[in-house]
Amino acid sequence: MQNKNELVREQVLRMSGVNPRKCMRCGKCSATCPSYDEMEYHPHQFVYMVENGDIETLMNSPSVYKCLSCFACVDRCPRDVEPAKLIEALRLCVIREKDKNHMTADDIPSLIDEDMPQQALVSAMRKYSK
Amino acid sequence: MKVSYFPGCTLKTKAKELDIYARRSAEALGIEMCEIENWQCCGGVFVSAKDEIASKLSSVRALIAARDSGTPLVTVCSACHNVIKQTNAAMRTDEDFAKKVNLYMSQDKNPSEPYHGETAVYHYLELLRDTVGFDKIKEAVRNPLTGKKIAAYYGCMLLRPNKVMRFDDPENPTLMENFIRALGAEPVIYPQRNECCGGYVVLDDAELAKKKSLSVSEGAKDHGAEMIVTACPLCKYNLVKSGSEIPVIYFTELLAEALGVKEDKNAEQK
Repeated sequence: MQNKNELVREQVLRMSGVNPRKCMRCGKCSATCPSYDEMEYHPHQFVYMVENGDIETLMNSPSVYKCLSCFACVDRCPRDVEPAKLIEALRLCVIREKDKNHMTADDIPSLIDEDMPQQALVSAMRKYSK
Repeated sequence: MKVSYFPGCTLKTKAKELDIYARRSAEALGIEMCEIENWQCCGGVFVSAKDEIASKLSSVRALIAARDSGTPLVTVCSACHNVIKQTNAAMRTDEDFAKKVNLYMSQDKNPSEPYHGETAVYHYLELLRDTVGFDKIKEAVRNPLTGKKIAAYYGCMLLRPNKVMRFDDPENPTLMENFIRALGAEPVIYPQRNECCGGYVVLDDAELAKKKSLSVSEGAKDHGAEMIVTACPLCKYNLVKSGSEIPVIYFTELLAEALGVKEDKNAEQK
């Protein structure tokens, strides 16, 4: 039987449609990432760690929640690798596990003020919970 | 011209000005905005995973409603626009995804014809540029905003992913600057105009959102702007809450002011 690393790796590649082997290691994705300073693993590391099957390390890192989905890495990649899609697939693989929601509706009241747009709430629920 | 209008949930609550001024300005410019009946929330962000189906059905329902009425679908909120345009592209190009979505849709009470991305999707700003034209807007301006230095904030969602959005040059956009010029004001170019405000991360890591938003408003101010205009309620929230030293307003409010329709004539008569 395949181990978890291999199973999730296949799933991440299928969900994201990303081919990490297209990456030429220029690092532009990480150079342009607005969350670079907050990440333990950076976008270019996501790409080569998925390629090498180092999946559980990424799944256990808070870096999966730091991506802002701004798509700067996607648009600025000279090889069309689309790192943000890879990070999204990994984050979904984490929160889809039992009891692994990163945020729930119960957390919301303490996080908002009266001006917070609905858009923020629905976006956060979609990104941080199944 | 008649268009199907998808306002989105935030425009009905916390961002009413974005909606109201869009409608008043459209009327002044001869665009009839017909709100789609029973539209549902777009979900705020497009989830790029191909196996995420159910959360995209609300966008498909709106797209089908527009197709069946024979009109393009127009949004004003940049988040709704991003989600609906990306969903439309997925319906057009990803056969497996479209098949699954159409299977879901066939279970609806009154199922419509299968959908394959036929509807044209425009942001209100694209409509102003491509259908109305900035020359015509310039002629329609009654209160030119002469001398005002205004910074356009595009953020991410109007521009990226460019492969799908095709809104403008994603690295050197000009649409909102030309819009500001048409209203008689002077656009301010600054480096952060197409960088991220932090978005939804404000709920998970408020400090990160604050850092990103401050860099945008400080960049605009340092380059001489006296105000920032945006199309996104969350960008506006993040910029204001992080302590922008200059006002942040919706582009539709600016348009309504210049067209002389900011005050509701009916309300004045009462």
